[in-house]
Amino acid sequence: MTAASKQPSGAASYLSRRSAIGGPSRRKSFIALFALLPALVIFCAFWLLPFSRLIMMGNQADPSSGISAYLTILTHRQYLISLVTTVGISLVVSITAVAIAGIAGFFLARQRFFGKPVLVAILTFPLAFPGVVVGFLVIMLGGRQGALAQTSLWLFGERWMFAYSLAGLFIGYLYFSIPRVITTVMAACDNLDRSLEEAARSLGASTWQVTKDVIVPGIAPALLSTGAICFATSMGAFGTAFTLGTRLSILPLNIYGEFTNYANFAMAAALSVVLGMITWMALSLARRLAGGNLGASA
Amino acid sequence: MKSRLRFILQLSFTLLVCLFMIVPVAMSVIAGLTENYFVGLQSGLTLRWVNEVWQLYADTIWLSIKLALACLMVTIVLGVPAAYGLLRSRRRWANALEELLLLPVAVPGLATALALLLAYGSYREFRGSWLFILIGHVLFTLPFMVRAVLSVMQTAKLSQLEEAAASLGAGFRQRFFGVVIPNCMSGILAGALMVVTLSIGEFNITWMLHTPLTKTLPVGLADSYASMRLEVGSAYTLIFLVMVVPLLVAIQWAGKLTQQRR
Repeated sequence: MTAASKQPSGAASYLSRRSAIGGPSRRKSFIALFALLPALVIFCAFWLLPFSRLIMMGNQADPSSGISAYLTILTHRQYLISLVTTVGISLVVSITAVAIAGIAGFFLARQRFFGKPVLVAILTFPLAFPGVVVGFLVIMLGGRQGALAQTSLWLFGERWMFAYSLAGLFIGYLYFSIPRVITTVMAACDNLDRSLEEAARSLGASTWQVTKDVIVPGIAPALLSTGAICFATSMGAFGTAFTLGTRLSILPLNIYGEFTNYANFAMAAALSVVLGMITWMALSLARRLAGGNLGASA
Repeated sequence: MKSRLRFILQLSFTLLVCLFMIVPVAMSVIAGLTENYFVGLQSGLTLRWVNEVWQLYADTIWLSIKLALACLMVTIVLGVPAAYGLLRSRRRWANALEELLLLPVAVPGLATALALLLAYGSYREFRGSWLFILIGHVLFTLPFMVRAVLSVMQTAKLSQLEEAAASLGAGFRQRFFGVVIPNCMSGILAGALMVVTLSIGEFNITWMLHTPLTKTLPVGLADSYASMRLEVGSAYTLIFLVMVVPLLVAIQWAGKLTQQRR
């Protein structure tokens, strides 16, 4: 039997048949499964099984409290505070990044001027910096020998620093969030229907009104989705926090501390699962809103 | 007049954001090339620190390159067929499976690494080898390869082309290697650049999985930031930038290439 006899005759009939029946034939789905199998085997062996075990481990008793580690997170101040701090700083960072990069991205998408490609390049290339490098850049800005310390030493005779505090974390998270938002906003503005703006303008709307009533609603899904990605990335940003100092009480550092310093595997597992749930939900929301964008973590 | 003012205001704002992004990078590059950063530029420019980094950390750079290339091979071998499988599966299944494969990206690397460590950390030989890190990198980068290839496959009219090949008597193997692969080359290229860039910069998973004998470039970076003088950390960052920026330029170029095809 040749392969040709298995196929319907024309492209049109193939497409219509596909949509009419709503799926490929049995042989086709066998091929699909066969093609997917290697990736799925690796995924199940090295992610799904280990992570399922991690979820179970989180239910084991925490050595200090004697109850399930999940419950310990909910009942102990120390963990609750770190959970709230992490969510809080990530939220503030996402909102700030969307506001700042929204304005800059819209400007860059709409205006043409000499040197614009350079600005776009500067604003997008830090996308690939790992969290550790971003942490170091924050030290360059606000560390002991940073830009701020040097300027304030020269102006006021004292060193101002922010790198090793929550403010440093905020600046670092902002640094890796801005490029993500800029690229998304620029793409969304390109897809925006400009005739709507012209119609609004011809009806006498001011620039502010056009921005508020036409442009922002038009790119709102993109803004929300990129904001959610920034939130998830900030929640899980271990590298930046690790470079800036391990004394800060945020979830990724707590997980690392519980695992390496106290060998409290149950608590490390429980915190990881909680953190993973939060970022997964944020990214699902982002994908539902925009589709297609994976959102790499820093 | 009013619009002119608005333009200038927005431009200044954008320039400020640019400064925020570029100033620390520029400072780091300068620090990596000055004799003594504490004294300043007047102490003179030097390649001494770059040299020192090379002496201390060359093996981390080689390991990172080796890992990135291995990761690329594995993600191509696993990812291209997987994308084809998703293309040929029922929509509902394809969505669910893609969602599953995305989980290692959606969950922080720290959690993935912890799960791997607690499950396989007791196999000493495996734990100590670079393959352990490779597994983490593959889990993290595979979705990017699958997505890049799948999105090209979806727009390339593959079904018609494949059908034409089949009607001429081509078997599945011939169709896959003669029609499917050549037609999604741009997707493979875009995915490959992404995979290599992500693998070279990966820290969150790698930091948990590394051993003193399997240090990658970002692990070495963290190490130098914590324990070396500022100039050494800066010079090391400079080497990293020199490796990564060309890849980024290539990614943008490949992105334009696939957009034109659509």
